[in-house]
Amino acid sequence: MTGLTISEKILAVHSGVDSVKAGEIVKARIDACMINDATGVLAVRALRDMGKKRVWDPNRVIVVLDHVSPACTIQSATVHKELRAFSREQGISRYFDVGEGVCHQLVPECGLARPGDLVVGADSHTCTYGAFGAFATGVGSTDAGAALAFGKLWFKVPETIRVDVTGRMPDYITSKDVFLRVAKLLGVDGATYTSLEFKGEAVADMSVSSRMTLCNMAIEVGGKAGICEPDEKTFAWLGGKLGMENTPIKADEDAVYKLGIEVRVSELEPQVACPHNVDNVKPIHEVEHVKVDQVFLGSCTNGRLEDLEMAYRILKGRKIDSGVRMLVVPASRQVYFEAEGKGILRGLMEAGAVVSNPNCAACFGGSIGLLASGEVGLATSNRNFRGRQGSPESEVYLSSPLVAAASALTGHITDPREVL
Amino acid sequence: MKITGRAWKYGDNVNTDYIIPGRYMELTDPNEMAKHAMEGIDSTFVVKVQKDDIVVAGKNFGCGSSREHAPLALKYAGVSCVIAESYARIFYRNAVNIGLPALECPNITMAVEQGDALESDLGAGTITNLRSCTKLRFTPLPPFMLDVLNAGGLVPYLSKLDSW
Repeated sequence: MTGLTISEKILAVHSGVDSVKAGEIVKARIDACMINDATGVLAVRALRDMGKKRVWDPNRVIVVLDHVSPACTIQSATVHKELRAFSREQGISRYFDVGEGVCHQLVPECGLARPGDLVVGADSHTCTYGAFGAFATGVGSTDAGAALAFGKLWFKVPETIRVDVTGRMPDYITSKDVFLRVAKLLGVDGATYTSLEFKGEAVADMSVSSRMTLCNMAIEVGGKAGICEPDEKTFAWLGGKLGMENTPIKADEDAVYKLGIEVRVSELEPQVACPHNVDNVKPIHEVEHVKVDQVFLGSCTNGRLEDLEMAYRILKGRKIDSGVRMLVVPASRQVYFEAEGKGILRGLMEAGAVVSNPNCAACFGGSIGLLASGEVGLATSNRNFRGRQGSPESEVYLSSPLVAAASALTGHITDPREVL
Repeated sequence: MKITGRAWKYGDNVNTDYIIPGRYMELTDPNEMAKHAMEGIDSTFVVKVQKDDIVVAGKNFGCGSSREHAPLALKYAGVSCVIAESYARIFYRNAVNIGLPALECPNITMAVEQGDALESDLGAGTITNLRSCTKLRFTPLPPFMLDVLNAGGLVPYLSKLDSW
């Protein structure tokens, strides 16, 4: 018998069998299910339409109001009201109302993304929790409704692509640059139906936050999950924040991979995804002339403390360009407080940025920070589809927080090495 | 079951923001979602589309977000099925879960022109272009997914089962 990948191991354990093989369809027990204000009402409707009055376990359900938060239309306020009432009625212990943060930051913070867990969420970036060694994947509302009803769901066991990130990261390179390089190599559908396992010394060197960025973006190449092997850093994060015990999980030495790719970080220059697809990635020197109207620093991809620290490193004591508006959105209340405590939020505001409450903000074009026709946005979020952040005639570029801050300073896309 | 409809043809990587932009995710009534079907890529689609019409597309249809609003908007706009060369995983699952057939057919965009009358036959596994009189086979659905589709979606499928 050949060895198993992390995905195969987790799906086997949760299906009650010793081993599963890629391609098999299994029915698996899930450890947690997340819904939010974009998808939750439809999931609750599916639960009820299945004839179920209660969720299978109110302590394993997470409900987050983050997409349009605070509500900016009567319809979004109505959605919030419904999910608030549902959470109260069901006794959902992990209910996060307006102001708490972005779902993919809150699920790990509340301790429901642990090594070896199987987690589903009605949001495509649920794959973020792979940073903790969980198998976590995005599903639609009806699947989420079934998960809420039964605590189980069916899965096709995915093949896995092994991504080796080798070398030492220069200080101007981040995990966002690494992933954008992966997107360039694999293409937007290069990992459809497959998991990505991120390995190598550069991943080992990365913080847990940086690994979250890496796994978060797995869906942008079609990935079902993105996973990092949990290590001492993972256990320190989970133990320090949540008092959890170590639960190691790793791929077998002889695990079978569909494909292997390598990113050598020491050779990498900052990467930028150009309109209108995430794999339209160019090294920064090819796009430095592009003027930007708005810089958005935030989202489940890059709204954590280290991301805000990167921007602060560049913008402290300086002023952003007068032609640029900069929106800074911490990913959670915890991140907000940490950044506030270090003077980062004040520093960014003194540089000219707007700081908003934790929420999804400009990322998906549904609430604050929209772009007008003809405008160019540079964002640290995860998608740059046409019209994603406002007018279909606007353009979105994606980058690391370092590139975002450097560009806010100059008014055009800028290599952070020029201003650090 | 045979369905005949006109083809509305799009390219590769039609993402869910094109199928229904993010600003409509607050909608919870599928009939309201339907008013914005394909708005991100083709603002005239909702005016042109008629009952049983078919969306034809290239690779990676439905990539991006997990929003079930995407297949719901198409279904309630009257679309009888989507035929694409390949799908993003979550859209594919969502479509079947809400009872919208998502058929995978390599080279479909080469065999179909805008407005062609197509006949899809789920049972036989074929798509016939009634203009050019060509018949194509689509990739068979896994048996479990076919059961879900035949039940009308995951909700009716699971409602029929005592335990799951």
